[in-house]
Amino acid sequence: MANTVVETSPPAGHGDDPNRRDFIHIVAATAAVGGVVAFAWPLIDEMNPSADVLALSSIEFDLSKVTVGQQVVVKWQGKPVFVRHRTPKEIAEAVHDDHAPMKDPATDASRHKPGKPEWLIVIGVCTHLGCVPNFGLGDYGGWLCPCHGSVYDTAGRIRKGPAPLNLFLPDYTFLSDTKIKVG
Amino acid sequence: MSGHSTYEPKTGFTRWLDARLPIVRLAHDSFVDFPTPKNLNYWWTFGGILALCLGIQIVTGVVLAMHYVPNANLAFNSVEHIMRDVNHGWMIRYIHANGASMFFLAVYIHMFRGIYYGSYKPPREILWILGCIIYLLMMATAFMGYVLPWGQMSYFGAVVITNLMGALPIVGKSITTWLWGGFAVDNPTLNRFFSLHYLLPFMIAGVVVLHIWALHVPGNNNPRGVEVKSKEDTVPFHPYYTVKDGFAMSVFLILFASFVFFMPDALGHPDNYVPANPLVTPAHIVPEWYFLPFYAILRAVPDKLTGVLMMFGSIGLLFVLPWIDRSKVRSMRYRPTARLFFLIFIVVCLLLGLCGSHEPDDKIFANLAGFNLLDSNLNSYTWLSRFLAVYYYAFYAILFLLSWIEKPLPVPESISAPVLKAGKKG
Amino acid sequence: MLRKTTFIAASVGLVLAAMGLGAPAMAATTQAELKSVNWSFEGPFGKFNQEQLQRGYKVYHDVCSACHSMNLLSYRNLADKGGPFYSDKYPNPNESPYAKAIAMDFMVPDIDTDTGDAITRPATPSDHFKAPFANEYAAKAANGGSAPPDLSLMAKAREGGPRYIYSILTGFADAPAGLMVPPGKYYNPYFPGDLTSFWNGPGKAPTGGFISMPPPLTPDRVTFDDGTKATVAEEAWDVAAFLAWAAEPHQEERKQTGFAVLIYLLLFSGVLYASYRTIWRKISH
Repeated sequence: MANTVVETSPPAGHGDDPNRRDFIHIVAATAAVGGVVAFAWPLIDEMNPSADVLALSSIEFDLSKVTVGQQVVVKWQGKPVFVRHRTPKEIAEAVHDDHAPMKDPATDASRHKPGKPEWLIVIGVCTHLGCVPNFGLGDYGGWLCPCHGSVYDTAGRIRKGPAPLNLFLPDYTFLSDTKIKVG
Repeated sequence: MSGHSTYEPKTGFTRWLDARLPIVRLAHDSFVDFPTPKNLNYWWTFGGILALCLGIQIVTGVVLAMHYVPNANLAFNSVEHIMRDVNHGWMIRYIHANGASMFFLAVYIHMFRGIYYGSYKPPREILWILGCIIYLLMMATAFMGYVLPWGQMSYFGAVVITNLMGALPIVGKSITTWLWGGFAVDNPTLNRFFSLHYLLPFMIAGVVVLHIWALHVPGNNNPRGVEVKSKEDTVPFHPYYTVKDGFAMSVFLILFASFVFFMPDALGHPDNYVPANPLVTPAHIVPEWYFLPFYAILRAVPDKLTGVLMMFGSIGLLFVLPWIDRSKVRSMRYRPTARLFFLIFIVVCLLLGLCGSHEPDDKIFANLAGFNLLDSNLNSYTWLSRFLAVYYYAFYAILFLLSWIEKPLPVPESISAPVLKAGKKG
Repeated sequence: MLRKTTFIAASVGLVLAAMGLGAPAMAATTQAELKSVNWSFEGPFGKFNQEQLQRGYKVYHDVCSACHSMNLLSYRNLADKGGPFYSDKYPNPNESPYAKAIAMDFMVPDIDTDTGDAITRPATPSDHFKAPFANEYAAKAANGGSAPPDLSLMAKAREGGPRYIYSILTGFADAPAGLMVPPGKYYNPYFPGDLTSFWNGPGKAPTGGFISMPPPLTPDRVTFDDGTKATVAEEAWDVAAFLAWAAEPHQEERKQTGFAVLIYLLLFSGVLYASYRTIWRKISH
């Protein structure tokens, strides 16, 4: 592209309007930024759970394995889930305390599915700092967390100790009287 | 051209920062206000394109490494997991695989530009050598990267190349065992290749920094090969060359995207979609296209050790090019004889690549019977590789001779000096 | 002068490269030229035909799955977008009743968490396709020493992909007189091989090789639910398309994204070029 003529100034009549001249550069810069963002999005989204992980995001569980007064621990999405078959005494004690003073007030009815009070299903991770509470220990016969002494009752509600919230309830549905799907 | 910095920090913060770590000043002096010859043509945009390629490979590579498993039993399936289950994994993988090819395409153009315009000549010898080091690191990185999917071609490519070390006398076998971490290419080999494949690109980045530093001391070469004489010869790098490099990168990305989205497996080999099986050798072991010319030189020589030496020698010669070609005229625009031999050199390199893709015994002209010369038929890719390899080496000797006996065309006074006749630039 | 020389050199190089790089020849291995078929997913605008994928899955299920595994596929993939049993009503393939119904028919190995025993249970969409043999050794033992290859990537693992699969399946031919066929092998002109040492007849050995698989397809071997006539060619065509989908389920998404990217890049290049010309207008260069 060797030019033999040295141009001094653009010929008259060409728009030398700074607004018009800068516009193309603004468009180019904006398009470049847009392109970079569009390229960056998949690189960020790939860290989200992949399809095979999502496929395991729900599990089915057979309740007939859990005898009255016992709990079974099931692994769901990498966390323990307590499936507790409550005795009538445990249910009564929980209902009795529905309006007792507690850090995270909740009725027993809000903690189980309607018509199925004997099944208490909670995520077995202490809401304080994440340890797994021990079954049946503590003043209320619910759970006792060995790490810092949080005490949960038979509805999984926090009654004593440093934990701020009740044990979390996972999403679950009854597929039949003896089968649940968690997640 | 190293000169006085024109950066003036305007805000309180930038003045404070500049007094403690003048990094903005460095960026400004190197990439904004840097005086660059105003006559650079599009062959000069490939440096920026290469930086873009390195960035893309590192970013996509780090992301792939979040999902890839470097274990011989799991590697192949982990790559398919990326292709099928990881969000956008197929795209990231195809960008990384085709990105390697695009990286080499750009580097070969960049190197050929350097030879044609004499960019390796004094005072830019170190710049050129740093570039050769980057090229070697790229080849090592690409070779190890291709092993990682643990397909048939991955595995047997590793077998062939690591076995080359066995050709070295006395220490050959120990070195090969050391490389393998065992008695054959296996899991230990894969694991260490993954570690090194992750490491080397960052070493490349470091050498690239040195490469740009070495460039900025004398400043860029230009198509006329004459030094910058005055400010009239240059323009500031920004916005003149940032926009030109940006445009060139965008066009380059069009080619890149065409491969990634419409022919993602065209440059690869179907055998690499078969999991590695040490007991079954593929009919036809070939490296990726960018290694084919060296593969051809390696196979052209019947003796294993000599073949290895010739192959490495062909790369080694590049390092000493500044001392082989001593012509005072830089740009081959003004060296018509050198230019002719150089164009033949390019064709020879392409043909060597063709030879590398064929079986050595394949006939060049299918219907010609040919006759045997020494150990193979003259109508075979073996003999063609030999003739081409001879030219490859001869080219350097020719450049050496031309340093003295060539009669170059008159070189312009400066970058801005008007050209005498229209179209004379050649 | 430079331009002319460059042009000539480049053309010579390109022509010679094109001559050779297309199909590197193997020493004495021969293979008949693959048959040409139309594929709905070919080309930059290609799309899979969902009915064809369903028929292809049926062929795989009824015929091929007896010997060939597809370990990289899960039942949920069948209900993925672009797959044979995708439905807009069930965008989440794990919830798809089609995927659940298909999976349920297969009993897959598992471990009883109470006793630790090995058991089998009905598959769910998250399970991988059930393999016909427990491991590679069992596969080899049951098939005369050659394990039938996994088909998940077959359409990408062979030169010619779906064309190769179609040609092999429809290309079984009677061995010409003078060809010694070893027991347990079958002559197929589309299977690459070197038959010179098996040829007793006149002239050159026939093209092709010996494949360990007997011709798997016969007319009406499969009954298609949509009533399509199940000729060997149809069965082969459908299963090859299904295998092409299985090898690259994201193919359609890839091409669609490619269009958006190329259009953006073309426009962006245009804008950048205009920006470049504007900036350089005043410089003589």
